[in-house]
Amino acid sequence: MAIRGRSRLTDVVSKHEAAILTDWLKEQLAAVKATDRIGEAELRTECARFLTLLKVALRSDGSHDVSSAAWSETRELIGELSRSRANAGYSPSETAMFVLSLKRPLFDRLRSEIGGDADALADEVWHTTLLLDRLSLFTTEIHQKSRDEIILRQQEDMLELSTPVVQLWEGILALPLIGTLDSARTQVVMENLLQRIVETGASIAIIDITGVPTVDTLVAQHLLKTVAAARLMGADCIISGIRPQIAQTIVHLSSVITKATLADAFVIALQRTGATIGRATKA
Amino acid sequence: MERIPILKMNEFLLVSIQVDMHDRLAMTLQDDLTDRIVRDRARGVLIDISSLEIVDSFIGRMIGNIAAMSRVLDAETVVVGMRPAVAITLVELGLALPGVRTSLNVDKGMDLLRSSLARGGNGHRDAGR
Repeated sequence: MAIRGRSRLTDVVSKHEAAILTDWLKEQLAAVKATDRIGEAELRTECARFLTLLKVALRSDGSHDVSSAAWSETRELIGELSRSRANAGYSPSETAMFVLSLKRPLFDRLRSEIGGDADALADEVWHTTLLLDRLSLFTTEIHQKSRDEIILRQQEDMLELSTPVVQLWEGILALPLIGTLDSARTQVVMENLLQRIVETGASIAIIDITGVPTVDTLVAQHLLKTVAAARLMGADCIISGIRPQIAQTIVHLSSVITKATLADAFVIALQRTGATIGRATKA
Repeated sequence: MERIPILKMNEFLLVSIQVDMHDRLAMTLQDDLTDRIVRDRARGVLIDISSLEIVDSFIGRMIGNIAAMSRVLDAETVVVGMRPAVAITLVELGLALPGVRTSLNVDKGMDLLRSSLARGGNGHRDAGR
């Protein structure tokens, strides 16, 4: 039965390849009409390649097991497709539609070929559905994976971008923190700051938390750790930009010098390093 | 037996740790340093750990102990040149070494010692820091 089923589907695909391709394209163009992000010519090439590979795979392997070696080229092709679609901003269902929209053309051909034999037709439809479902699940999986990769990369980018250490004056560093602080980010912040302290020989670092929306006890603890590590290296830290509601959560930070604004902290830092600041008197 | 050299410079003692500290070495250093502070009547101790790459909780505590002992003997102690990785490790171990004065490099450490000596150099002054 399985052997018979395989040969029928293979025959149908081989025999009506051009017609299936046309119908399939029509299906897909109807489905993605609203989101016309891919050219028809490009879509046609992709579909034709897929059909060719499908034919080859069907002929060499009747088990419909898409994880087997015979399907590796097909897998590669739809993997590549899913990845490029994920990057182009397609939704998972739009991506899966590529494979799923092949059902109707195939079923139509199967019906016209073996319409008389209801049992055989049911078998064929079942096998074809199984095969296409597996392939579409595979596209969804790849799509998901690509999206995850994108998210991961963006997170890394943000981590890099969001922790600049700037030198305000000779011996004074500022670390403006923006966004939520978690353990991983604090680790990066801490390492960046300490590294810059070594490079610049700064004796005072101002950590500005104006851009940190919430400071819970964990974040406060992370801040304290950073301050303690900087102190061990011989640099003092000033925490500035403390908002009223944050002040209420971090009352136990008392061991650290704190200032309401970055400007106040900067003045203190200048005094500590022996510099004075004032308006030039007009002659 | 391996020892860490202690150099005398005016009323200060300089200790530069150039090798990986192991427990025995740290104990020997503690003995030698307290001896030398008393013998040389040193008023300040500068410990340079810029070559120290690895610390464990024992070495961290020893550094704290040595600083505390020197203070008892009326000598101000400054630990200089701690590497970022070492600082992070000590903080993660919960050894923030309160009471130990620190400096970025030997230059700044010497400045710190001189200025604290000029201000009357009572070693207990900073104990509550």
